[in-house]
Amino acid sequence: MTAALRVRQPGLLTTIQDLGRPQAVGAGVTPGGAMDRFAHAAANLLVGNDRGAATLECTLTGPRLVALRQCLVAVTGADFDPRVNGEAVPTWTGIDLREGDEIGFAGRRTGARAYIAVAGGVVGDRWLGSMSTNLLAARGGMNGRALATDDVVSAAIQEYPDVAGRSLAGDQRPPYHEHLLHAVVGPHANRLTPASRHDLFSAKFTLTHDSNRMGYRFEGASLEAPGDELLSFALIPGAVQLPAGGRPILLMADHQTAGGYPVVAVVISASMPVAAQLAPGDEVRFEEVSIAKALELRAVQRAALLSLMS
Amino acid sequence: MQPQRSTVRVRVHPLGDTALIAELGTRLDTALNTRAIALASALKKRRDVRQAVPAHGNVTVQFDPDQITYEALAAAIRRLATKRPPVEEPGRLHRIPVVYDGPDLESVATALGLPAGKVVELHSRPIYRVFLVGFVPGWAYLGPLPDELVLPRRAVPRTLVPAGSVAIAGQETGIYPLASPGGWHLLGRSTVKLFLPDSDPPSLFRVGDRVKFFAATS
Repeated sequence: MTAALRVRQPGLLTTIQDLGRPQAVGAGVTPGGAMDRFAHAAANLLVGNDRGAATLECTLTGPRLVALRQCLVAVTGADFDPRVNGEAVPTWTGIDLREGDEIGFAGRRTGARAYIAVAGGVVGDRWLGSMSTNLLAARGGMNGRALATDDVVSAAIQEYPDVAGRSLAGDQRPPYHEHLLHAVVGPHANRLTPASRHDLFSAKFTLTHDSNRMGYRFEGASLEAPGDELLSFALIPGAVQLPAGGRPILLMADHQTAGGYPVVAVVISASMPVAAQLAPGDEVRFEEVSIAKALELRAVQRAALLSLMS
Repeated sequence: MQPQRSTVRVRVHPLGDTALIAELGTRLDTALNTRAIALASALKKRRDVRQAVPAHGNVTVQFDPDQITYEALAAAIRRLATKRPPVEEPGRLHRIPVVYDGPDLESVATALGLPAGKVVELHSRPIYRVFLVGFVPGWAYLGPLPDELVLPRRAVPRTLVPAGSVAIAGQETGIYPLASPGGWHLLGRSTVKLFLPDSDPPSLFRVGDRVKFFAATS
């Protein structure tokens, strides 16, 4: 393990995340992990890491970090206008930092979550098979909490891979700007009244401020799905729950592992990166797709990531 | 003796493109839960399955769509579900002391038309089964409650329920592992630690375990 970056300013919420701990769900522990798996994987591949290595997930604002030695980093996902020593640097591109360089962000332009990968892979506390930060349990990541000033971010190994300058073109990234979430109808969609089923897949919904890594609450059409109360069952990220109030909730990486609200739709894996980049106030639509279409869109993202592995 | 063929039907529904739910039944029923646990165990052994979590009468399955299609996995599940479930070993028995001085004990007794003492006696009489672990870390859905204790959830959930609260709602009972919002009726409190972050699995209760409450004075 080797020290790579010192935290000068942590930003609003910067946490260490990898692919989470799905096997812990059976104990009621949220799976966690990077919200935008595409940006997370791309950041890692741009610096020569395994795609599942841990990165820093930066929420709405970015941190300021000082390189303690030469290191290769990449910033993907949201565009917070990244800077090195005050000079603008590109996103989705490997950036070589020298000792003493400061990487920071001038301000949010698009998206909600930026990912910073470090060559060699960010190191966090391992808990139940993952380095992802679980704030509720105060485990994983940086001592179970968000980054704080003067923390030192380490990499698993000191590497100078020969991939500096590698980048992922805009047309290779998910359609973040479209704010369109593709979804497959859920197991309880048949409970929706015809008007509500129509609204779910045509009306615009606005992400509220009561939204976080656990789940997103939307304002907009009020949906009705009457029926008997359900016994609770295990949930997954992407599930669109409909509580009695009629405002849908989209479950995200830190979701409650079980619940009894009807699941009226499930956002497909290829749309979850788009969901991860929504910020409160953003308007979105849900569009119904088949599983076949979902797998096509998934394959497109897979191919884009594969192009970074050659 | 001929092995009995199951008459249980399984309904499979996709959950997006990488998961599905296999529904064996919608009632609170020990036999259904036993089947759900057996089905989840069988599915977890498959390389194309990433995770299978049994609940009351269904299993939520996450799979790798690069290794198997939804249709093929659903067909495999239908085959597995018609197999006779193995005879279940009795789950571990947990004896949990409860101080029955909860803020809702009196209102529950009134709503049910029972003396508070009878509510306590009825609640601490059965050996409950753990039907599902989930919601928050360490939470377990326990049941079934005696019919005399069945009540809907509180109309207005509490914004903060203290950790250790022993509660009932519908046909089930449970213990809040952490302070959290909650809509169940609070009958008492327990000091048992349900979420064990430094153990693996990090939950004291596991599906299929048995739980017996007994009244304690402090």
